[in-house]
Amino acid sequence: MCCNYKNSDLSLISSILEEYAEQKGSLITILQKAQDVYGYLPTDVIYHIAEKTGNTPAKVMGVATFYTQFRLKPVGKYLIMLCKGTACHVNGAERIESAICEELGIEDGDTTEDGLFSLKCVACLGCCSLSPVMMINEDTYGSLTPEKAISILREIRAKEENA
Amino acid sequence: MIIKVGQGSCGIAAGAGKVFAALESEISSKGANVGLETVGCIGMCYLEPIVDLYEDDTLMARLVNVSEKDAQAIVNAAESKDLSPVESLKITEEDEKFLSQQTRIALRHCGIIDPDTIEGYLSTDGYKAIEKVLTTMTPEEVIETIKVSGLAGRGGAGFPTWFKWNAARQSAGEEKYLICNADEGDPGAFMDRAVIESDPHNLIEGMLIGAYAIGAKEAIVYVRAEYPLAIKRLTKAIKDAEEKGFLGDNILGTDFCCKMRIKAGAGAFVCGEETALIESLEGSRGMPRLKPPFPAQSGYWEKPSNINNVETFANVPWILLNGGEAFSAMGTENSKGTKVFALTGKIKKGGLVEIPMGKTLRDVIFGIGGGIKDDKKFKAVQMGGPSGGCIPEQLLDTVIDYKALGATGAIMGSGGMVVMDESTCMVSMAKFFLDFTAKESCGKCVPCRIGTKRMLEILTRITEGKGKEGDVELLTELCNSIKDGALCGLGQTAPNPVLTTIRYFKNEYDAHINDKKCPAGECVNLINYEIDTDACRGCTLCAKKCPASAIEGTLKNPHAINTEKCIKCGQCINVCKFGAVKKS
Repeated sequence: MCCNYKNSDLSLISSILEEYAEQKGSLITILQKAQDVYGYLPTDVIYHIAEKTGNTPAKVMGVATFYTQFRLKPVGKYLIMLCKGTACHVNGAERIESAICEELGIEDGDTTEDGLFSLKCVACLGCCSLSPVMMINEDTYGSLTPEKAISILREIRAKEENA
Repeated sequence: MIIKVGQGSCGIAAGAGKVFAALESEISSKGANVGLETVGCIGMCYLEPIVDLYEDDTLMARLVNVSEKDAQAIVNAAESKDLSPVESLKITEEDEKFLSQQTRIALRHCGIIDPDTIEGYLSTDGYKAIEKVLTTMTPEEVIETIKVSGLAGRGGAGFPTWFKWNAARQSAGEEKYLICNADEGDPGAFMDRAVIESDPHNLIEGMLIGAYAIGAKEAIVYVRAEYPLAIKRLTKAIKDAEEKGFLGDNILGTDFCCKMRIKAGAGAFVCGEETALIESLEGSRGMPRLKPPFPAQSGYWEKPSNINNVETFANVPWILLNGGEAFSAMGTENSKGTKVFALTGKIKKGGLVEIPMGKTLRDVIFGIGGGIKDDKKFKAVQMGGPSGGCIPEQLLDTVIDYKALGATGAIMGSGGMVVMDESTCMVSMAKFFLDFTAKESCGKCVPCRIGTKRMLEILTRITEGKGKEGDVELLTELCNSIKDGALCGLGQTAPNPVLTTIRYFKNEYDAHINDKKCPAGECVNLINYEIDTDACRGCTLCAKKCPASAIEGTLKNPHAINTEKCIKCGQCINVCKFGAVKKS
C-alpha cells in the first residue's frame, strides 16, 4: 500500500454509499462526494468504495486517476487553480505561474509545507475575457500580473497569520 | 425602476457580487423604492461589472465598469429617475456597437432575465415552444422543422441536428436517452457556460423538444465540474420546471413524460467526444468507443441516445416558435442561422458575440471586437481550440461558414476565437496546444497517445533552440499519420494547430530552427535582453526590480545586464521609462 494509506473514518461516507452504491453508473458521483468529505481520495477509501460498489480496486483507481478533478493527496487550505487556457496563455499565464511557484516555493501539483496553499494548473476556467485568471477556492481573480498574484497570496497569508 | 446586475462567472470575478451586495445594503438602509435583480451575462466581458437600469421593460441606462462605491449614486438615480449622477458610468456609443452589431438567438435572454427564477423566462415566451410542440405537432413535424432550419451541431463538428434526431427516432426500442454535452473543455470557449448561467430554462426547453422528437423519457446534462455556478443555476431551474409541470409526468397535461438530471463531469477534455462522454456517464474512464455503432443505435447503456451541444439546444425553442425558415433565412448556403463566439486574447473588446453565419472574421475581430489591444499588429486568430487552427491576416476576409473555415485548415469549432498579436510566437502556440492534447489524450489508441507526445517533444526542442533540419518535415509526416490513424476526434484533429502554423507561419519555424531566433520574442531560450547605454539614464529602477540581481550599474550611469544571471523575465523592459532595454 502506498504512502498515503491511513485509517480514514469510513463511516463518513456510509450515507453516500447507501444512496449511490446500488445505482448503476454512479462511481464518479461517489468519488466526487467522497472527495468533498475527505478533501482528497485516501487509498483506504478507494478500497472501501470498490468493495461496496462491487468494483475491483483497479477499476476505481483507474477512474480516480483518469479525471483531473480527483486528488490522491491532501490539498492545502487554499487551492489555487491557475488557468492555463488559450486566452490566459496568450496573455501571460506562464509568468503568473513562475511568480506563484517562486513565492510559495512549490511546483504545479504541490502543497506548501505549512499546508496553506496548493497549486494546480487547469485547462480553462471559462473567464477568458479576464485572462490571466486564477481561482482560489471559490473566488476568481482576473487580469492578473505577477505582482498582483503575489500580493493576493500575501494577503491571504497575512489574514491566516492574524487569525 | 429596477436595477439589474449582471452576475455570470466573469461578472462576479470582475466584482459584480460586491456591487450587488453594496446596492442591496444601500437600498435597505435608505428604504429606497427600487427593485434589485440578478441577471446573467450580457456578454460584454470587457466592461464588467455591468449594471442596467430598467423602467418597466425598457432599458433606461447601461452602466459599465461599476464598483461598490458607485452604489449610492446608482440607487439615488434609480429612485429619483434622474440619471445625471450616473452619467459618467454610462456606456459609450462606441461600446454600444458591440451589441448592436449582433443578432441574438441562442443568447437572446442572456443578461436580460433573472436566471434564478422561472418567472423571468416565462415573461419572454418561455415554455411556449414546448406547448406548441406538444399540443400541435408530431415528433416527425418537429424533426422536419429542424431540417428546414438547417441547424447543425454547434459543438464543433457541424453535423445536421435533424439527421441525428431522426436516426435516434428511427432506432428500435422504448428506452431512449437525450443527452446534452455541456463539457465545454475547449480552452478559450465559454459560450455554453454563459447560456447555462444566464438562461438555463432555454436549455431545458430545447432539450424537452429534442426528447419529444426522438422519443426519450430521460434527459441528462453532462456539465463540466469547473462550472459550479452553471450547475447551481441549472439545478434550481430543473427543480422549478418540475414544480411548474414542465418536467416530469404528463407534461402540460399531455402523454409526454420526461425527467431531467445533471451529471457533473470530473475534468477530461476527451469527454467532449460523444462516446467518451457516454462512458463517463456510465461511471467509467472516459475513453471513446469504436463507431459504428453510433450512439443513435447504441449509446448510453447500449440504448439509442442522442447527444447535442448546449448552443444547439439553445436555438431550438426559437426555431420552433419562429419557424425553420426564419432561421435558415440567416447565413450562407451550407451554414444556417447564427453562431456564438467567445472573443478573447489580444482583443480590445472581449466577450460573447453572436452573429449570422456569412459575416467575415474581419467583421467580428475589427468590427465588433474593435481590433487589437494597444493597437498592435494582428497576427492570427485561433479557432476551434486544440482541434482547430490559426488563421493568418491574409485570410481575415474568410466568411464564417463550416466549409469556408474548414478550407483554411481551422474549423468552426465550438466558438473559441482567440486573437493573437505580433508578440505571440506561433511555434510556441502549436506547442501549447500539443502540450494540452498530449496531456488529455486518453491513451486508448497508439497514434494519439504516442504521436502527440513525439510531436510535443519536437516542438519543445524547436522552441528551446535545439531544432534540427528536417524537423518541420518530420512534424508534417507525424501529423498526417495521426490524422489518419487516431480513433476519435481528439486525435484526428490534434495535428491541426501544428499543420496550420506550418502552413501559414513556416518562416517562424525556420527562424527558430536555422537562425535560433524567436521573431515574436516569446521563447525565452532564444532571446536576450540588452541595455542601450545611450538611452539609459541610470535611474536604477531596472536593477531594483530585477529578481535575479542580474543588472549592474550606479546612479546616473548606464547599466548593463549580466546575461549569465539573466532569467529573461522581462521585468526590466516593463519598468524602463526610457525604452533603453532592448530584446533581441
